[in-house]
Amino acid sequence: MAETVKLMQGNEACTMGALAAGLEFFAGYPITPSTEIAEMCAEELPKFGGRFIQMEDEIGSISACIGASLTGRKSMTATSGPGFSLMQESIGYACLCEIPVVIVNVQRMGPSTGMPTSPAQQDLMQARWGTHGDHSLIALAPGNVRECYELTFKAFELSEKYRVPVIVLTDEVIGHMREKVVLPDPRSYSIPRRAMPDSPAGYKPYAADPDGGVPLMAPFGQGYRWHCTGLFHDESGAPSGKATVGNTLLRRLDRKIGKNTEALADYYAENMEDCEVAVVSFGSSAMAALSAVRRARKQGLKAGMLRLKTMWPFPDKTVGDLLGRARTVIVPEMNLGQLALEIERVVHCDTEVVKLGKVNGELFHPDEVFNVLKEAF
Amino acid sequence: MAEILDYFRKERLPHIWCQGCGHGTVTSALVLDFDTLHTAHGRAIAFATGVKHAKPKLKVIVMTGDGDCAAIGGNHFIHAARRNIDITTIVMNNSTYGMTSGQYSPTTPHGMLGTTAPYGNVEFDFDLCELAKAAGATYVARATSFHVTLLQDLIEKALMNKGFSVVEALTQCPTYFGRKNKIGGPVELLNWIKDRTVNVKAAAALPPEKIQGKMLIGELHKVERPEYTATYAEMTTKIQRTFNDYKGGNRGCELNSD
Repeated sequence: MAETVKLMQGNEACTMGALAAGLEFFAGYPITPSTEIAEMCAEELPKFGGRFIQMEDEIGSISACIGASLTGRKSMTATSGPGFSLMQESIGYACLCEIPVVIVNVQRMGPSTGMPTSPAQQDLMQARWGTHGDHSLIALAPGNVRECYELTFKAFELSEKYRVPVIVLTDEVIGHMREKVVLPDPRSYSIPRRAMPDSPAGYKPYAADPDGGVPLMAPFGQGYRWHCTGLFHDESGAPSGKATVGNTLLRRLDRKIGKNTEALADYYAENMEDCEVAVVSFGSSAMAALSAVRRARKQGLKAGMLRLKTMWPFPDKTVGDLLGRARTVIVPEMNLGQLALEIERVVHCDTEVVKLGKVNGELFHPDEVFNVLKEAF
Repeated sequence: MAEILDYFRKERLPHIWCQGCGHGTVTSALVLDFDTLHTAHGRAIAFATGVKHAKPKLKVIVMTGDGDCAAIGGNHFIHAARRNIDITTIVMNNSTYGMTSGQYSPTTPHGMLGTTAPYGNVEFDFDLCELAKAAGATYVARATSFHVTLLQDLIEKALMNKGFSVVEALTQCPTYFGRKNKIGGPVELLNWIKDRTVNVKAAAALPPEKIQGKMLIGELHKVERPEYTATYAEMTTKIQRTFNDYKGGNRGCELNSD
């Protein structure tokens, strides 16, 4: 089987990417604009002997995914803002207990029921800080339909590799937009596999290098007989209230992601080498931004485009270096300046950061970005 | 006997609860050495649904309490019953939130005291067995930490049932519920529980006034109904036959090898 060319929407591409990565279990609850992912999983998974279930709410959905992942199945759920909020407690559970799970959040306008279902990018901070307690996870933001496929696939790779929840942060426009996508030959890549222990003898479920190591995960039901708990736990998995145990565990989990921050950095850059004014964006906002940057270049203005694909962990050094030459950075995003906060944090103190937030439920028009861009010169 | 001991986490015996707590009586299973999953509060049945659906060959048991099962996790409880998914749920009902020091729960009887019901519980309590039955559970039974032999028997039968099974175990919380309501210590509280219950078989022969206000114990409901994961498996087998020439993207699925 060779490459296949298909016209598909972003939600469909997310599902295809998940299936290519070996998705075996999907639990979800209907919510626009993510529902096509659940519908497609309900249709496709039984064909492979996989399992789909429509749970009673989003809390149940993420919980069932965690349960399924513990048996060794690659698991995913998909939702939008309100459902993503409901999932937060168990996302924290998956962080602490180190359960691989992929969560697609097709963002829509909020807070609350908001303006259903207009596009938004307001869950950037929720993706990072939504659950209580210190924790680290990974969030990826596709910028087009093909990337929905690629980054969902990658989400499984990273989730299995680091034993961490990975959030695919798309939005209504990316999710429902249709584009021609060339899918790779399924035999041209290897399916992400979870590292497993060799034998139950002497198995310690949370034994790992304190400096960000990833413990080996035994599937439930194969004789390992281990205890998985949302309480702080020692290497054996037993709950512990000891100060040293909690401290060691949280710092390992933080380092597990933190020390790989720059290696995890994924982005698209265009004309950044000599740019005086840079535009930084992600997801569907970046489509308008790129169009504006290219128009500016045609007019001889030294504009550059940086589109982030890895949102969390935020690639401080990579972004800081890329923006090093720019005197002004414009940040178009469909929220009131969430990405801009991170940009302000990592750029040189003399660099001006222009927050170009939009929260009227409409996608950016390239003219809106271009006008601000032109003013900056 | 040696074989049984092999399945105990001996270092965790006898149990972690207060002295005189009924939970310890109900559940040596908490220290059983299986794969065990201590979930977020209220989500045990939802996590268990994922485990069972993903690996149907596993025997899945949920240990839960009245607050966990009937309040924060009530939605998962009724929907698991509706699906008739093969999970055995043992509800330890001590009529209070013991872990948080004695607030009223969905099973605190009307008028009784809790730290958040200082003038008596204004609300009315759930009959968890009636709830489970109405929601679609295929095996429902109740016993108490006084009626230990009955409890063991019912748990065994629940484990044998292929479907969603509920065993409610009425237990004593002397530390908070008993003390707050001035019932006495563990022994007095056990007697109080005993006096509130009547065996379902005995009840059949008693006049209505004798069972007024009593909770029935014993096997309360047993029916046959298709089990969720089995029905799903039948569906996938049929679908796979239809799509046996399907050359789609998923090459990682190992579920069929089970």
